[in-house]
Amino acid sequence: MNETEFSLLNILIAVIGGAIRVGTPFLFVSLGECLTERSGRINLGLEGTLMMGAMTGYGASYLSGSPWLGVMAAGMTGVILGGVHALLCQQQKVNDIAVGIALMLLGTGLAFFLGKPLIQPTAAHLPALHLGSWSDSPVIQAALDINVLFVMGALLAPAMAWFFRYSRWGLYVRTVGESADAARAMGLNVNRVRMYSTMAGGFLAGVGGSFLSLYYPGGWSEGLSSGQGLMAVALVIFARWNPVYCLYASLLFGAAATLGPTLQSIGMTWGYYLFHAAPYVLTLIIMITTSSSTRLLSGMPGQLSNVK
Amino acid sequence: MMGRLFEPIVIPFAALLVALLLFGIFITAAGADALGVFESMYRGAFGTWFSWQNTLVRAAPLMLTALCTALPARIGLIIIGGEGAVVVGGMTAALTGIVLTHASPIIVLTAMAFMGMTTGGLWIAAISALRHYRGVNETISSLLLNYIAIAIMNFLVFGPLRDPETLNKPSTYHIGEANMLTEMGSTSIHWGFGLGVIACVALWVLMRHTPFGFAVDITGGNMRAAKLSGLPVARLMIITSLLAGAAAGLAGMIEVAAVHGRANSSLNANYGYEGILVAFIARHNPLAIIPVAILFGGIRASSGLLQRDHDLPDASSLVLQGIIFIVILASETLYGRFSWLRAKEKTV
Repeated sequence: MNETEFSLLNILIAVIGGAIRVGTPFLFVSLGECLTERSGRINLGLEGTLMMGAMTGYGASYLSGSPWLGVMAAGMTGVILGGVHALLCQQQKVNDIAVGIALMLLGTGLAFFLGKPLIQPTAAHLPALHLGSWSDSPVIQAALDINVLFVMGALLAPAMAWFFRYSRWGLYVRTVGESADAARAMGLNVNRVRMYSTMAGGFLAGVGGSFLSLYYPGGWSEGLSSGQGLMAVALVIFARWNPVYCLYASLLFGAAATLGPTLQSIGMTWGYYLFHAAPYVLTLIIMITTSSSTRLLSGMPGQLSNVK
Repeated sequence: MMGRLFEPIVIPFAALLVALLLFGIFITAAGADALGVFESMYRGAFGTWFSWQNTLVRAAPLMLTALCTALPARIGLIIIGGEGAVVVGGMTAALTGIVLTHASPIIVLTAMAFMGMTTGGLWIAAISALRHYRGVNETISSLLLNYIAIAIMNFLVFGPLRDPETLNKPSTYHIGEANMLTEMGSTSIHWGFGLGVIACVALWVLMRHTPFGFAVDITGGNMRAAKLSGLPVARLMIITSLLAGAAAGLAGMIEVAAVHGRANSSLNANYGYEGILVAFIARHNPLAIIPVAILFGGIRASSGLLQRDHDLPDASSLVLQGIIFIVILASETLYGRFSWLRAKEKTV
């Protein structure tokens, strides 16, 4: 009896630790997408940005020996890809969803192509904070190794909410996203605000990618991402375009994704491959229950309704 | 007539050339000999009768998955769920084949095609039903369903349906050699290619020369106007998606019945994602899909040669596709800007 209780606690802690580990890339990509969408554009290409970020982050860390330089390089790659997206989308008749799909393809292809020599070598990884050192249990210790990037992301979420609400630039982004006409009447350059928002969003997605290669699961391989960049787009809808909700939603998704491996680790192997589908099924259910065909979603930027 | 055709042929063709040029610059920067690479690509894709056959075999599923994106796009839905529909279609087709394995081949193949098309069709129709009745974004839901389809297939081929003899690549049982789809005449091109061409032509006739196709184009052009004029928008959307999904499901059935004989991870070989690209380049015109799919079948067929002769990673064809996609989308903005392309309209 005592033993089962202990193992239940272990599972719980493993799931929480896993939620943080697996949820961190979701957090960064969804914050980036949140910023882009608040300016009135959808960037589906963040999946490609994530892969490029993972590859350049790993490469830069391997060449320079500093994982933080890797994180910066990953972010800058994201800025470039975001700039390409914004530049294409501001042309007439160019559909931003299609551009996103194209950038997803190109980003993934470039990452595979350029990352070929990076499969073998090992690069310096990001350090972790050992919050579990109070416990003797190795399970708890492993679960509570929190990465610094997660802490940064968790602080960034409320900071971004503050930015939208109280800062001048946050007002610009919201106005452009809510009504491009009103923004033009205010004398704002709509395309420029959207370009900066998409580039900053790309930066965050790139950083999210560097977490994949420099911390968890770590290393560079072609199977590193399995659609996290796209799920983050759905996650932003679920989070009602609110950065703080993005944080909670990322943790929830991380927990869903970590369920299968955790159950397998305690010997429940049946349906292992079905549990792979858990985060996708969860996303779909959430989208079905929270969307509506008759009214716009609360919190949805007005200009997004064109592309919904 | 000629004038209308002129622009949609010249602009994509020019965009393709620009994309090839950019790709050439990219691989030169990566240290490869660009001219040699293009020469190998041509040789591997269209150089000999042998490579032509390879190309056409790969074009078959591409035509069908391109239809899966092109038809819904005509009614205003961006659906990228072809990959998932190929997987579920191939999976149910394989199951049907295994169950009926001792029936006569024509019955087995008909039943497999029917089941594959039905599941594929329902899979995509569900996406547009969710869009219409619940307002769920169809692009994202179709993508999520791709991952769900692959997870279901992995569950089945690693678990209850696994043929224990397939060690390296877990697969279902074989549908039986007698039940395989045959080649056309004396070629090595299987009938999947013929089916793909027939599907493209038939759907082109449906979309361009029937009241149904006209209603679909009106809805895609202006949803409000379509509703106000009393068109059954929901029914049009769901029927269009059903046809689209059936095409992708048929692609899955063909891959099982003509190539692998079993359902396994070869079903998610990116045919669904490449189909999106083919559909966009063909501007969602079912007839134009045929040549574009053959072109991309060629890129696929030549990728092995690029690895062997030029030591390029297999991702190079992915890079080329990405560049083509981006240049094609950027070229959308050029339509209607060149008066000399339009002027033809008056003279003809």
